[in-house]
Amino acid sequence: MPDEILYAAEAGLNGLMAGVLYALVALGFVLIFKASGIFNYAQGVLALFAALTLVGFQNGQVPFAHLINAIFGTQIHEFGWHLPAVVAILLTGAVMVLLAILIERLILKHLVNQAPIILFMATIGLAYFLEGFGDIMWGADIKKLDVGLPQGISDTVESVTDSLFGYGFFIDRLDIVATVVAALLVLSLTLFSQFTKYGRALRAVADDHQAALSVGISLRFIWVMVWSIAGIVALVAGVMWGAKSGVQFSLSLIALKALPVLMLGGFTSIPGAIVGGLIIGMGEKLFEFFVGPMIGGATENWFAYVLALLFLVFRPQGLFGERIIERV
Amino acid sequence: MKKRLTALAALALTCATPALADLNIPNLSYRTGPFAAGGIPYADGFNDYFTLLNERDGGIGGEKVVVTECETAYNTEKGVECYEATKGNGALVYNPLSTGITYQLIPKVSVDKIPLYTPGYGRTSAANGKIFEWVFNYPANYWDGASDIVNYLLTENGGDLKGKKIALVYHNSAYGKEPIPTLTALKEKHGFELIEIPVDSPGQEQKSQWLQIRRDKPDYVLMWGWGVMNAVAIQEAANINYPMENFIGVWWSGSENDVLPAGDAANGYKSLAMHGSGSDYPVYADLQKYVVEAGKASGAGDQVGTVLYSRGMYAAMVISEAIRKTQEMTGHAAITAVELRDGFEALEITEARMAELGLPNFGQPFAASCADHGGPGQAMIQQWDAAAKKWNLITPFIAPDDEVIQPLVDADSAAFAAENNIAERCN
Repeated sequence: MPDEILYAAEAGLNGLMAGVLYALVALGFVLIFKASGIFNYAQGVLALFAALTLVGFQNGQVPFAHLINAIFGTQIHEFGWHLPAVVAILLTGAVMVLLAILIERLILKHLVNQAPIILFMATIGLAYFLEGFGDIMWGADIKKLDVGLPQGISDTVESVTDSLFGYGFFIDRLDIVATVVAALLVLSLTLFSQFTKYGRALRAVADDHQAALSVGISLRFIWVMVWSIAGIVALVAGVMWGAKSGVQFSLSLIALKALPVLMLGGFTSIPGAIVGGLIIGMGEKLFEFFVGPMIGGATENWFAYVLALLFLVFRPQGLFGERIIERV
Repeated sequence: MKKRLTALAALALTCATPALADLNIPNLSYRTGPFAAGGIPYADGFNDYFTLLNERDGGIGGEKVVVTECETAYNTEKGVECYEATKGNGALVYNPLSTGITYQLIPKVSVDKIPLYTPGYGRTSAANGKIFEWVFNYPANYWDGASDIVNYLLTENGGDLKGKKIALVYHNSAYGKEPIPTLTALKEKHGFELIEIPVDSPGQEQKSQWLQIRRDKPDYVLMWGWGVMNAVAIQEAANINYPMENFIGVWWSGSENDVLPAGDAANGYKSLAMHGSGSDYPVYADLQKYVVEAGKASGAGDQVGTVLYSRGMYAAMVISEAIRKTQEMTGHAAITAVELRDGFEALEITEARMAELGLPNFGQPFAASCADHGGPGQAMIQQWDAAAKKWNLITPFIAPDDEVIQPLVDADSAAFAAENNIAERCN
């Protein structure tokens, strides 16, 4: 097989893997939009906050240490423990649920029946608040995230492809783990929404708020639930991305990678987020491989949006989005 | 009521504005946003050095230094806003730690007549003081850095790079593109192949770039990165099993922030170092005593001795020496920005003076002049020891290839002069 085809296949495969990571971020957006019609601008910052909290718990970091030391003249930084990853993940999950309750109590409750743009603006405020809050709580230095995830080339994939094609493909073991985790996450979310009481309530709210309220479903509970789930999805995304780059404030920018995925997959479809992520990931990597060298490279950031816009021309609601028909 | 409000506003303004007799030095820093991890230690080092001078020596020449921070978030527009907001307070010099902001400020400082000090960043050709009257970038600039690395590789390869493949992974911005003209000229001189690989900001996702490196198999990879791009690149290099000892970053890709996230995988990674780092210099005892222990540290005091803290401190040291020189030349302590330009041009920092300042063998000695705003351009190579979590200097200062760089500086500054109708000075 010609080398160019093998290289392109390798780029495409890695694109699919990268797409899974984009989809993980997009999932959080979809969950909240589906249940409440809010485009959650803070989703990227939720991922950052979750990852900061996880590392903080794991390393026994004292929250607000800088603030405490500045006010009281103390020199405390750490509790002196190192929590196992599983315990730290569970504790962080609890913090994300608590955060969801606070968001509902302090923000959303007061904005019921407001226009979507008001809710969107509130999430912008939330994003900036959480970023600053995370900074004060855990500090702005870069932190290594170590929850035992494997990283580096998969020797199995390399040797199998080498024996088949005479060229060993590169696949990052972290990407393989991310794919498995994303698959499990989507499966659990699907089972939850299809086969549980709360899942059905969630779908009812997504279909029609007024009708759901009229049959006794608590909108406030559903909002807390959906923000909690989105927070846990953000934790998963934060762990995967944080393992690649360390936990630092640029982690919040991963939300930018999710936007073209949402445009393509639709804002209301979980399978759409996955398929959209895969198409964007593979599309941008193949474009970079074939066209990038001719036009100076670094095409991925903008090409993802071009690809999403191309899809929008033919399906404005996205691949899996609900078609909106308004009759006059 | 109106009178009360006016009085209150006047009081607020008086409190917010530094007294005009002080030495006012704005610090356009970034403690928020995606590049905060690099901006914070630099700003801390910069502020703490001036605090040390105030607390230990009573300022410079008896005049207190007032550092006013303004948050840019590494954003060019905000940087320009900060400049406009602070220049009216008698600002003496600017040091924005951003090549993008520097490019925007060059025409402004030329009009406002305020020196702009950009050590190791900014517009490289500003080294030519004949054209760039108000900009100083000594002791080294990007083109020096690129040449220093190539000279290092020449020594590693018996003086011959013919047929070698060198990839440049760079931040796709004005900053990242700076070394390309020099590397292109050096490629022609030494016969190596140059592969240019841009990474879009911020650089969280670099799979395509490192797949290309895996396919092309370059002998060496150079990196001009900043922020998260550095950490991701080092992790991706480790993922494809690229030999770390053949991966060399510029001085902005060589801090603890860049290597720690990759853990043991970063062991052996190299970068340029235009000054020493670590807390083994005598100045740190004073910093500890007068600043950190006195509770006057700019941040939490946990960045002292890191690479970027040391760089911020170094920038403050050079500025304070230029102020001292200006005071010596003018005979008065409360100098102006215009006078400080002369001090920057007459500045000479010898090894003996650095030892006196508590920084022996920390940076390269240099002497500036009206024409030379760029300094000797030397840098060392440092290598990361992941087990000890420290950088080790593995070479002495390496000199750049002035035969290649000077014509590039002359051509670029001449083009700038022609575009902006600037007459050559220092003749």
